[in-house]
Amino acid sequence: MSVETGIAKIETRDLDFYYGPSRALKRVNISCHTNRVTAIIGPSGCGKSTFIRSLNRMNEVVPGTRMEGTILLDGHDIHASDVDVVELRRRVGMVFQKPNPFPKSIFDNIAYGLRINGLKDKRKLENVVERSLRGAALWEEVKDRLGENAFALSGGQQQRLCIARALAVEPEVILFDEPCSAIDPIATAKIEDLIETLEKSYTVVIVTHNMQQAARVSDYTAFMMLGELVEFDVTEKIFTNPANKLTEEYITGRFG
Amino acid sequence: MKKRKWASLKESAIRALFLTCGILAVLVLVGIFATLLTTAVPAFKEIHLSEFLLKKNWDPTSPEKAEYGILSMIVSTLMVTGGALLLAVPIGIGVAAYLSDVAHWRVREIVKPIVEILAGIPSVVVGFLGIVLFGPAIAKIFHIGNGLNAVNGSVLLAIMLLPTIISISEDSLNAVPQAYGEASLALGASQWQTLFRVKVPAALSGIIAACMLGMGRAIGETMTVLMATGNARAFPHGFLSSVRTMTANVAIELGEVPYDTTHYYALFAIGLVLFVMTFIVNLVADVILRKYQEREQ
Amino acid sequence: MKQAKRKKIAQFLGFFLLRACLTLVLAILLLFLYDIGRKGGGTISWEFLSQAPRKGMTEGGIFPAIFGTFLVTLITAILAVPLGMCAAIYLNEYARQGRLTRLIRLSIRNLSGVPSIVYGLFGVILFVNIMRFGTSVLSAGLTLGLMTLPWTITASEEALKTVPNSYREGALALGATKWQSIRTNVLPYAVPGMLTGTVLGLARAAGETAPILFTGAAFFLPYLPKSLGDQFMALPYHLYIMATQHHQIEQVRPIAYGTALVLIVLVLGMNMTAVVIRYRLRRKRR
Ligand SMILES: Nc1ncnc2c1ncn2[C@@H]1O[C@H](COP(=O)(O)OP(=O)(O)O)[C@@H](O)[C@H]1O
Ligand SMILES: [Mg+2]
Repeated sequence: MSVETGIAKIETRDLDFYYGPSRALKRVNISCHTNRVTAIIGPSGCGKSTFIRSLNRMNEVVPGTRMEGTILLDGHDIHASDVDVVELRRRVGMVFQKPNPFPKSIFDNIAYGLRINGLKDKRKLENVVERSLRGAALWEEVKDRLGENAFALSGGQQQRLCIARALAVEPEVILFDEPCSAIDPIATAKIEDLIETLEKSYTVVIVTHNMQQAARVSDYTAFMMLGELVEFDVTEKIFTNPANKLTEEYITGRFG
Repeated sequence: MKKRKWASLKESAIRALFLTCGILAVLVLVGIFATLLTTAVPAFKEIHLSEFLLKKNWDPTSPEKAEYGILSMIVSTLMVTGGALLLAVPIGIGVAAYLSDVAHWRVREIVKPIVEILAGIPSVVVGFLGIVLFGPAIAKIFHIGNGLNAVNGSVLLAIMLLPTIISISEDSLNAVPQAYGEASLALGASQWQTLFRVKVPAALSGIIAACMLGMGRAIGETMTVLMATGNARAFPHGFLSSVRTMTANVAIELGEVPYDTTHYYALFAIGLVLFVMTFIVNLVADVILRKYQEREQ
Repeated sequence: MKQAKRKKIAQFLGFFLLRACLTLVLAILLLFLYDIGRKGGGTISWEFLSQAPRKGMTEGGIFPAIFGTFLVTLITAILAVPLGMCAAIYLNEYARQGRLTRLIRLSIRNLSGVPSIVYGLFGVILFVNIMRFGTSVLSAGLTLGLMTLPWTITASEEALKTVPNSYREGALALGATKWQSIRTNVLPYAVPGMLTGTVLGLARAAGETAPILFTGAAFFLPYLPKSLGDQFMALPYHLYIMATQHHQIEQVRPIAYGTALVLIVLVLGMNMTAVVIRYRLRRKRR
């Protein structure tokens, strides 16, 4: 299902996903475009995380899972034999639901992705760390204590640190899986602002169970239920004039 | 492109290295069994298996007719093992019950590492204490010449088994859902009644597994029994007689036996019997523990 | 009313009994440590720790046995620690549910139940005979190493399990390869814990006698082992000899006590170290 014309950055075609025998995704077709924020909403357990984790093949680390269908990145099948999953994950960054900084210094957290790719030059590392922290609107708060352990930061700062960490490896797509569910409202507002800035340079996909958040930050919204895509359209349309009765019931808060 | 291929090759090589180390465990186990088996088999050219297992006399160096019956040793092993369990199981369960249900948490925090210290004492030291402490005491209590006998061995083994039995039993007592105990208390049962009528039965499979593991250890323990039980070859007449277990016999004779003799091979056959016995006991313990872990989930 | 009283009395007696069990266990341990500490303490001197036995082992010290135990434990560690850690990494990081994994786990559990004397028999065939290392400190160390392997694997796996999954996922999501994520983001946090468990296993190995009886331990050697192919004296074996095999058994009792004390201090010292490290780690985690 495509709402916008032109080639999608990421596109799923009839995506099915199984945890052992149980089917978590049923023929999901969604496409996400560059410089757009696509939000995925739906009741808890409907498969939002499963969907977004398929996009960078993070689901593969869960044993006993199976995927069917196709996922295209720039029109290229991400499961094709010439695709290196490690490179794919560098191009498609991810920010997790719970902030998950590594127990290292702030600097080392950001530099982690570069170092594993072989960058050793101190000056270059410093440049990228600063740029990434600025990109995540965290630089001013931490510039004087880059050597401190990342665990010393507040929850909201930790989440922005994780965003900076993802930015450092220069991804093309950034996936957010409920990035604000574990942090306070003020920090949430900061991250929402940040997402709107990121939109200018990246393709952003965000999972949220907070409908106001989806309405605020996204251009397109997909509503999922029980592993199925119920409706996918321009955000404004979804929230003002949904085509599907289920969508309407959900956004007016009748269940979920 | 080339770099990527190289990287993925490296990844597979590393994985293969770790896998090899894992498989090594299987190889060692199979290797032990195969070694014992192939070295024991030549013994049975001369000895009948039934004679080996069911005859009481063991006298491989007799000038007239060498005899290779290990029944006395099997009985001795079972005696000291049984005696040890008889002592260690009630005491161990008692301590576990006390720690899990009665003791203040501070007491528990202190006692648990102390019990671990007991587990850390080398068996040769325990055997030594059997000679210098328990031996004379037993001799005095029972009015016998010396105290190196099955009782001594049982007491020492019991002491060595206690840490295992205590810690696994305590774990399984702690794993009993709180609701069971609360239900019992709400019916007017005392804490004591609840403990022994509700919690211990509910934790029984774990406790049994603990005892089985202890039994496996007792059967295979060498130095303690070697030093403390007197090592007489005769068929034991009771707990006050000097006994020689299978492990002690191997320890005593393997150092002196000429290579490539029936006697040599027969000692490996004893090793094989030990291996099989402990294997079965541990397997049963394992199955019981597994069952009870599954039930918990 | 009467019923309630009976219940109370039963509970009082019952708890008394349980407390008695605990007291008994603690008393035994205390008795052990006290007896060895008091009688062994009298023997310990610098000479006892630094010299070789003299006059048919009725005088002198136990230095060769201390040295031998260190050496053999070192060999044990060199075999068991890396292999144990690697096997644990496989099981915790790479293994998928499957028949092979089940087989490996089953083997490890059963290996830890194999009697130590059976390891000794295996060592005689594999290291002494087949590999032709002879009765030597190498054969003995390798035999102890195999015996320690299941313990180090289990302990290392426990340590790996304490590293949160988010460290692994976070690294993978940044484009790290599997091994990179393990090396840079799992092992640094697991290694201290792995070492703790491993030291506990090595302490047990250092106190073992049965596996070295026929693989390399010597009754008496006037010199220290010069190569890995030499036999060696070891504390546990020396204690066994002094306690049961010496021709003047009553006369050498003090030496036996002294040996027992040194052995216990060594083994419990290793245990304590491990426990202290673990305790520190736990506190640091919080
Ligand atoms: N690791 C897993 N193993 C088995 N089932 C899973 C696993 N992760 C998620 N599921 C199941 O898949 C479905 C979708 O889960 P998820 O994608 O996490 O939903 P959401 O993120 O929308 O809350 C749920 O029914 C959940 O129980
Ligand atoms: Mg989710």
